[in-house]
Amino acid sequence: MRAILLIVAILAIVAAPMAAPWLQFVLTMAVAKGLAALGVAVLLRAGMISIGHAMFVAASAYGVAFLARAGIADFGLLLVLSVVITGLAGAVVGAFLIRYRAIFFAMLNLAVSMVFYALFAKLYGVTGGTDGMTIPVPTVFGIVLSEPTFKAVLFYGSVALMVVVGLAVHRYLDSPLGHALSAVHTNEVRLEYLGVPVWAVLLVAYVVSAVLAGLGGAIAGFAIGRVVPDFAFWTASGHLVLVAVLGGIGGVPGAFIGAFFLELLHTEAAAFTDAWNLIVGAALIGVIMFLPKGLYGLLTRSEVSAK
Amino acid sequence: MSASILQVRDLHVEFNGVKAADGVSLDINEGEFLAVIGPNGSGKTTLLNLCTGYVRPKSGSIHLDGRAITGLTPRAITRRGVARAFQIPQLFSDQSVLDNMMLALAAKDGLWTMVRPLAEPARREEATALLDLVGLRDDKNRVSRTLPEGHRKLLDIAVALALKPRLLLLDEPTSGVSTLERFSLMEALMSALRTRNITALFVEHDMDVVARYANRVLVWNAGTVMAQGHPDEVFKDERVLKNVVGVA
Ligand SMILES: Nc1ncnc2c1ncn2[C@@H]1O[C@H](COP(=O)(O)OP(=O)(O)OP(=O)(O)O)[C@@H](O)[C@H]1O
Ligand SMILES: [Mg+2]
Repeated sequence: MRAILLIVAILAIVAAPMAAPWLQFVLTMAVAKGLAALGVAVLLRAGMISIGHAMFVAASAYGVAFLARAGIADFGLLLVLSVVITGLAGAVVGAFLIRYRAIFFAMLNLAVSMVFYALFAKLYGVTGGTDGMTIPVPTVFGIVLSEPTFKAVLFYGSVALMVVVGLAVHRYLDSPLGHALSAVHTNEVRLEYLGVPVWAVLLVAYVVSAVLAGLGGAIAGFAIGRVVPDFAFWTASGHLVLVAVLGGIGGVPGAFIGAFFLELLHTEAAAFTDAWNLIVGAALIGVIMFLPKGLYGLLTRSEVSAK
Repeated sequence: MSASILQVRDLHVEFNGVKAADGVSLDINEGEFLAVIGPNGSGKTTLLNLCTGYVRPKSGSIHLDGRAITGLTPRAITRRGVARAFQIPQLFSDQSVLDNMMLALAAKDGLWTMVRPLAEPARREEATALLDLVGLRDDKNRVSRTLPEGHRKLLDIAVALALKPRLLLLDEPTSGVSTLERFSLMEALMSALRTRNITALFVEHDMDVVARYANRVLVWNAGTVMAQGHPDEVFKDERVLKNVVGVA
């Protein structure tokens, strides 16, 4: 039942831009933010809140910009390399931060992300400062595309990536390593007494979360055609936490549901009113009070009662 | 006499002036079921904390199979074949009883797969068999947080057994377990230990359980071993009767 709903939802996403072309950009950005929010949600499993994951979104997008400047033009290669760079950054940052818990973990992620932000903004000669860097239209399998064609390729590629990556993350969370990650939240002492190296479980999770944020960042960079320091600003990190909690961390679809919901709401609300923050705030209050498992909890709940 | 697998020599540790271990020396011999009895606060749990690396001794040494394990982490000591069940059960309270078991089994031999699910058929079967053994079959799908205290103790013991240890340390396995279930638990435990060649030490307050199952008893008092020997002899000792059995 749930699988059918998800398939219908994906088909609807794929078809939407045919009816309303302006949706293509909005939905591409929703996929990008959903991937990054999924990264945050992975860490939330262990009860660890990162208010800094936008740094990996930005790192990846800047990675694409630098690599493009260095002469790499292939879409796939840019995507893979920038994500590898982000994974390495995640391993380095994670190695320091996974020792901390609760508010210390949250704040240290924030602190490191602000360092990233400052570097991107201040190293004018390298990063273009607050003007950012442009991300040119890449070639796809050696073919030079017009911008509109590339944006369409990017959209369908992103949706495909969302499905593949979503399934992979689902597998990871359902594996012993994924269950060990949730166990960090409930009982680290028992984990140690099972002979499990908690640091390694967390480091894997941190790198996975950074890679997911990196994927989102690369897609966002390609979609916008530019990367600016604001990609790494703390409000962007906060937004990812918001998306993850709003969608629900009970399963992989949650992050994407949250992202699509917010992106569409934002576009719609912005057209009628400037009370966008009010609406988002009210939606979040509603979800936290009535749907502790997020919007995705609605789906899983109907599943249970259907049994 | 069989070989000693754990040798504890002259351990000292104190907390804010309270000597929880005050020159403790003891041996655990291969294949035995060793009981530790003693009044509340005498340092029995501390002994387990020391042997598993949770607490570091101020001085003294601990050897497992002749190799020093003093100062190693609980994780490293667990990896060498020492498992522990706790006085207060240490469970993954948000996860199901079955998941608790399967995670323990996976920790022993297959944590590092990100592709295959935790609930592989073979692992699920093994977990169910262990739950059967301790009498938790009907609780299999319950979230472990919702179990009554006695069943949480049973699960904690089953989790320790899942690690296939050589040496099992049990902290009051029967406390919180109803008198009705107490002896069936002990019978199941004894047969599991025998068939799996597990040596065990258990802290116990129930003297009937000690008298019936232990091969040897260590009497603990104020951080030292006050007496030791076969249950029959130890329970005749005047000092033991006065200090421990009467109090415990
Ligand atoms: N981590 C610790 N920090 C401070 N004091 C401790 C610590 N662990 C144990 N103690 C103290 O050491 C003494 C021995 O405690 P321990 O828990 O080992 O006793 P016990 O024999 O297991 O008691 P019980 O029968 O109540 O379980 C007590 O006075 C206790 O308060
Ligand atoms: Mg105790």
